[in-house]
Amino acid sequence: MTLELRAVGKSVGGKVHLHPTDLVMQPGSMNVLLGPTLAGKTTLMRLMAGLERPTEGQMLWNGKDVTGQRVQDRKVAMVYQQFINYPSMSVYDNIASPLRLMGAARGEIDRRVRETAEMMRLTPMLERRPLELSGGQQQRCALARALVKDAGLVLLDEPLANLDYKLREELRVEIPRIFEESGAIFVYATTEPEEALLLGGNTATLWEGRVTQFGPTPRVYRAPRDAVTARVFSDPPMNFSTVRLSNKHAAIGQAEWQADLADGEYLAGFRAAHLSLDQTAGTLPLTAVLESVEITGAQTFLHLRHGPDSWVGLVDGVQRRELGQELTVWLDPAHIYLFTPEGDLARTATYAAAA
Amino acid sequence: MAQIILENLSHSYLPNPSKDEDWALKPMTLTWEDGGAYALLGSSGCGKSTLLNIISGLLRPSRGRVLFGDRDMTGLSTMERNIAQVFQFPVVYDTMSVRDNLAFPLRNRGLPQDQVAARVAEVAEMIGMRDMLDRRARGLTADAKQKISLGRGMVRQDVNAILFDEPLTVIDPHMKWELRTQLKDLHRRFGHTMIYVTHDQTEALTFADQVVVMYDGRVVQAGTPQALFDAPEHTFVGYFIGSPGMNLMDARIEGATAHIEGVQLPLAHGYGALEGKTQLGIRPEFLRLGTGQEGLPYTIRRIEDVGHHRIVRGHVGKADVNVIVPEGQPIPADANRVLPDPVHAHVYLDDWRVAPSNLERAA
Amino acid sequence: MEKPVNNRAWFLVLPVLLLVAFSAILPLMTVVNYSVQDTFGGNQFFWAGLDWFEEVIHSDRIRAALGRQVLFSAIILAIEIPLGIFVALNMPKKGIWASFCLVLMALPLLIPWNVVGTIWQVFGRVDIGLLGYTLRKLGISYNYVNNAMDAWITVIVMDVWHWTSLVALLCYAGLQSIPDAYYQAAKIDQASRWKVFRYIELPKMQGVLLIAVLLRFMDSFMIYTEPFVVTGGGPGNATTFLSIDLVKMAVGQFDLGPAAAFSLIYFLVILLISFVFYTVMTRQKEGE
Repeated sequence: MTLELRAVGKSVGGKVHLHPTDLVMQPGSMNVLLGPTLAGKTTLMRLMAGLERPTEGQMLWNGKDVTGQRVQDRKVAMVYQQFINYPSMSVYDNIASPLRLMGAARGEIDRRVRETAEMMRLTPMLERRPLELSGGQQQRCALARALVKDAGLVLLDEPLANLDYKLREELRVEIPRIFEESGAIFVYATTEPEEALLLGGNTATLWEGRVTQFGPTPRVYRAPRDAVTARVFSDPPMNFSTVRLSNKHAAIGQAEWQADLADGEYLAGFRAAHLSLDQTAGTLPLTAVLESVEITGAQTFLHLRHGPDSWVGLVDGVQRRELGQELTVWLDPAHIYLFTPEGDLARTATYAAAA
Repeated sequence: MAQIILENLSHSYLPNPSKDEDWALKPMTLTWEDGGAYALLGSSGCGKSTLLNIISGLLRPSRGRVLFGDRDMTGLSTMERNIAQVFQFPVVYDTMSVRDNLAFPLRNRGLPQDQVAARVAEVAEMIGMRDMLDRRARGLTADAKQKISLGRGMVRQDVNAILFDEPLTVIDPHMKWELRTQLKDLHRRFGHTMIYVTHDQTEALTFADQVVVMYDGRVVQAGTPQALFDAPEHTFVGYFIGSPGMNLMDARIEGATAHIEGVQLPLAHGYGALEGKTQLGIRPEFLRLGTGQEGLPYTIRRIEDVGHHRIVRGHVGKADVNVIVPEGQPIPADANRVLPDPVHAHVYLDDWRVAPSNLERAA
Repeated sequence: MEKPVNNRAWFLVLPVLLLVAFSAILPLMTVVNYSVQDTFGGNQFFWAGLDWFEEVIHSDRIRAALGRQVLFSAIILAIEIPLGIFVALNMPKKGIWASFCLVLMALPLLIPWNVVGTIWQVFGRVDIGLLGYTLRKLGISYNYVNNAMDAWITVIVMDVWHWTSLVALLCYAGLQSIPDAYYQAAKIDQASRWKVFRYIELPKMQGVLLIAVLLRFMDSFMIYTEPFVVTGGGPGNATTFLSIDLVKMAVGQFDLGPAAAFSLIYFLVILLISFVFYTVMTRQKEGE
């Protein structure tokens, strides 16, 4: 079962919610939609579900046009940010409800409910009501209801956003495991780059109603096609600096490195974790003013100011330095992306090309 | 401004608490230094909001006292305690302009107009809303509204403390960075005592000088982010701080040796005789993958690429064990062992960390 | 959130449209028909043009009734809205007392209108009514049967008793939707009780207040049953409001033409005033 979007777009009253988008989702794949709030993630999902009708383009399910089909006729399941369960029914009845609506046989219902509950680790709670469960268990119940239908397409709209940090971490580990077992097409919307990375699969980055890139998650992360994608897929935000290139030499401040590109102005981008306090072979020294430090126990965030740019560095260990002072940080030129002033990728970071 | 002391504090929402689990807060004594940046960290239902409401005076504790310096504040209202608080969801006065919102707490206290105007201008500058002062609060985005709430918290200069109750819940990840940095900056410039409640370890660790970790109505550890990371006093702290949390393996401890899955591991310190459930705790950052016969037998289940490092998930015997491998470092295809760094391994007895005994070290 | 567009959905409304057409539009058309004709019985009709409308507009009797009607609605709104808000603010927020109050307040709303009239008709009687008798024993002169002022007071008190709960319940629902954090924040900001009301409670109640004002206005402007039962429009014409007058004209005097013109004007006046209320209040809300 594949889902294909051909130039699917949506505008309402002259306002574009989603620019024409082409996407192909393979059976049994995890597809992450990554982007900030209002980037168009929810619109895209609602189009896929059939809750909204695209104003242009075609939607194909296994090669068959389903553009105008009603939600009820598509085999779609959806999980929302809010934990949506029937409060007056037990967990068992909640999970069984989609099957009962489909008119499945009693024994069949029982078998599938128990199977799904086992997969979602809800077996001991089957007799309880949703409100007697913790937030994580409530959301697992909602997930179970989505999975039990055996829908070909499961849409998850920021399903972990309302959960505690640690619970989120645990469910993030569980979701890829569940999805591997189910074989459906999963579409998962999130605002957090780290979540996309943990889920793996494919990622589509979205920005202002446009899908900027779609591909295998680590590939999109390491080889972004433009500066916007790089920014969306970096937390802490990617660091940028304008550089001039002449005679195949680029420079940030005094630090120079070779880059095989035409002369002119470029935007250099690099991630926080690639800045280091220690010099290693081939790294460039960058001098910046340290504005503040944040210590996470294992690592330290350095907030730096370099001329007009503010940078964030993520370095190992606990690093206490005097604030307001100049500090030298080291950067391997292999970790630098070069973008044109318009934001298109001019040259990818060489480490990523090798990976 | 003064030190805040919680003395033998405990609280129950029931009229006649009898059992241990009737208490939302179990007895505790804590001191918050003047001008400190604190975080109260824990999962939902651990009692952190109860504790915050007791400090702010919205809730009266069942037992114990709340002292500001040497003044007993237990029975006094929030107003009399002179405390500011920022809530989880933005609280703004919809019908007022941004300016009137910021001026509200000052005007209510009868401050002269010119002082109010000067202070509002200053705060608006700090939260980056100078250009929006004349806009109505209704119709602003969630993060703009939350900035107004932060601003109203900061506007009074004489407050004893500013309390934050999960203030960044409704904010986008990219905005979170900006607001958190701004908060830290404000703390540095104005030196208010700040107490920040959250379930998000990154927020807690990056914001606070001192993090108070709560679990099941108890304070399990209070310390610097570094201390919480390096030497968790309780297995919950080990699990809660760090992503993924600390690995725990059942172990038999004999002096300076741990026995796990039939393998003898040397420890950096010696321990006395231990009665009860003993475990060895080690963070995924301090485990190395290996091949051959050295170290603990390890089976890899899956590898997750998180960008600047990879998380290897697997198990030693029945225990789930995660290993963090930095970006660029290869993972051997035939990896079948993990090697702990003994300096960073800790011994836990019934979930509490055991201090190494000096006597045994010689042995 | 946006809804999917499906034009076939309009078919679902079709039965309702037909029903409304049958039950509302057809009778209305009959009224329009009567309003431009004259009849002397025997199914003979004569074209009267806009004569009836002119007559109604210039009629002193109807103008006086309209004046009484406007005054009545204004007094009712001026009492019931603030009183309802006040009651809602002072109701317990949760617990057993909250449910008790809700039930108590809902009681007057459950009584049929003519029964309410009868209750007050008896209650106020000076010979056997608890209120009338007590007042007389206290030396206060009170008789709604022959004193116009007393009749007005009785009708107004009755309406306040009957309908203030509706306003209070609506406001109460609005108040319940305010999160606790707002009150806590206001406490911390040292806001006075008045400011809490002005900047937190009132803005949050605006939506329900709009509904309350509209409902109470329309209802009081069309009031018929209760004053009819209590005072029968008297003494004299003191409590003859528009609908009572209309019924007198149509049924009592069988002046079908003028009565039809009267009803149409009456209908348009209510529509107009409701529209003005609605526009003013929603605009104010959006402007803020």
